[in-house]
Amino acid sequence: MAKFSLFSEESNRSPLSRLWRKFKSNHPALVGLWVFVALTLLAITAPFIAPYGINQQHGDALLLPPSWHELGDVRFILGTDDLGRDVLSRLMNGATFTFGLSIIAALVTTLIGVILGTFAGISKGFRSSLLNHVLDITLSIPSLLLAIIIIAVLGPGLLNTVWAIIFALLPQHVHSVRNLVVEELNKDYISAFRLDGASKWQILTRGVLPNIYEHIVVIFTMALSTAILDIAALGFLKLGAQPPTTEWGAILAENLSLIYLAPWTVGLPGVLLFIAVLSTNLVGDGLRQVLKGRKVD
Amino acid sequence: MQPLLKVQGLNKSFCTRAGVFKRKHARVLQDISFSVGHGETLAIIGETGSGKSTLARVLAGADYSDKGQILLDGDTIEDDGIRCDECRHIRLIFQDPTRSLNPGLTIGDMLDDCLRLNTELTKAQRDKKIKHTLTRVGLLTEHFEYYPHMFSGGQLQRVALARALILDPKVVVLDEALSSLDPSVRAQTVNLLLELQRDTGLSYVLITHHLSLVKHMSDQLLVLNKGKVVEYGDTLSIFATPKSRVMQRLLNV
Repeated sequence: MAKFSLFSEESNRSPLSRLWRKFKSNHPALVGLWVFVALTLLAITAPFIAPYGINQQHGDALLLPPSWHELGDVRFILGTDDLGRDVLSRLMNGATFTFGLSIIAALVTTLIGVILGTFAGISKGFRSSLLNHVLDITLSIPSLLLAIIIIAVLGPGLLNTVWAIIFALLPQHVHSVRNLVVEELNKDYISAFRLDGASKWQILTRGVLPNIYEHIVVIFTMALSTAILDIAALGFLKLGAQPPTTEWGAILAENLSLIYLAPWTVGLPGVLLFIAVLSTNLVGDGLRQVLKGRKVD
Repeated sequence: MQPLLKVQGLNKSFCTRAGVFKRKHARVLQDISFSVGHGETLAIIGETGSGKSTLARVLAGADYSDKGQILLDGDTIEDDGIRCDECRHIRLIFQDPTRSLNPGLTIGDMLDDCLRLNTELTKAQRDKKIKHTLTRVGLLTEHFEYYPHMFSGGQLQRVALARALILDPKVVVLDEALSSLDPSVRAQTVNLLLELQRDTGLSYVLITHHLSLVKHMSDQLLVLNKGKVVEYGDTLSIFATPKSRVMQRLLNV
């Protein structure tokens, strides 16, 4: 090991790579990021790598405990449920629904939120205040309640849940993006850029968006954790995914009657939900801390 | 000789909401008139809130006046708040360079944007021009790849200067641009500005609090108080025999 560095690294780094370097030093957030990436990969590949089909029943193996238990069977690592279905395969496929669909919902929300929020940010006067006050009204309703109301109109079902969550999360998104855009537009470098002769569109794409995209990512992670919880909660309330869909909340609800007999069928989806939300929040929190630190220097 | 920049009867008022239907008008500039010749420097001094910064923004086109004309080289570029010129002949340098430079772009990208939006130069020509301008303000061509956060305050002000100069303006408006620098860096920057003025015949509108700087740099002086011109004339003669109360108080006579 060299005692001192002979060649100092040039600190010629873009804001993005500085962000990543600071983020790396926050270990819980980094672990959260790895778990997050693993869950995303699982959500994509689950149907291909799961050992059994989600509705494949094994009549000889009902309610088997996980394989490390003395009554367990190594064929079913996390045990089976009351119909003899492999819990591991069902949970892996559940990632696709709960986690994957949450990501899609959060992405769509972010996309629409950024478009509407930017529009609200650059508009002035009556149009801006109309948009704001209408959004403020919807902000006062909790997102889950709003989602339930929308489900009540659209009818239960997984796809309707996704729509409901998108609509329920949208007001906060539009609002926060609008605040970011307005704050950014008031800065000196935007008026300097305007004096350079930049059009409104150029100001947005070169001036505003490159400086707020990290904040948008933070908002995205917050929306994602809310979306995961909402999809699972609606599944649990039998308003979202319907059995035999392997959405984690729906699995929980389906096996609730077995909680004393076969606690693993209820506990494991709960643990997975916990991990998914925790990793998302860790990543979001890490990002927020890095951003706060960047404002200081 | 015809002056380069001529301002006639400039008026500006801000509207603030005082009640539901009531609006309060605050007149920040009232009948401002002055002229600046080629290669001359006009200093504008006044108390805080006397309308100095608003005047700078109106001159550069960041704000619009309500009434009055701004003429550049005999052409009217702003008439009663309607501006018909592009922004490249009068350039503004802001007070705080850490806030007036986009933190997400490299210096090269930022200067390139300026040129792309205002000129028809090709990529190679633009690169050459950027490098030339960077060396002219005392920076290195390597700074092309740097982000604003990697510079110190004095260097940032040079970057801001490069940004103003890259479009070959006729007038540069310095809105307290030298106040945030420490004395030695300020002296360097002042020398640099004077050198550029000698070489290219630039005109400056210098807005500042520093009387010594005014004495050192400017040919003409305009004293603002509550949006009105209280004194306007040759710098040395005003310093020698101040007529207005404001100027007398500033000079402690």
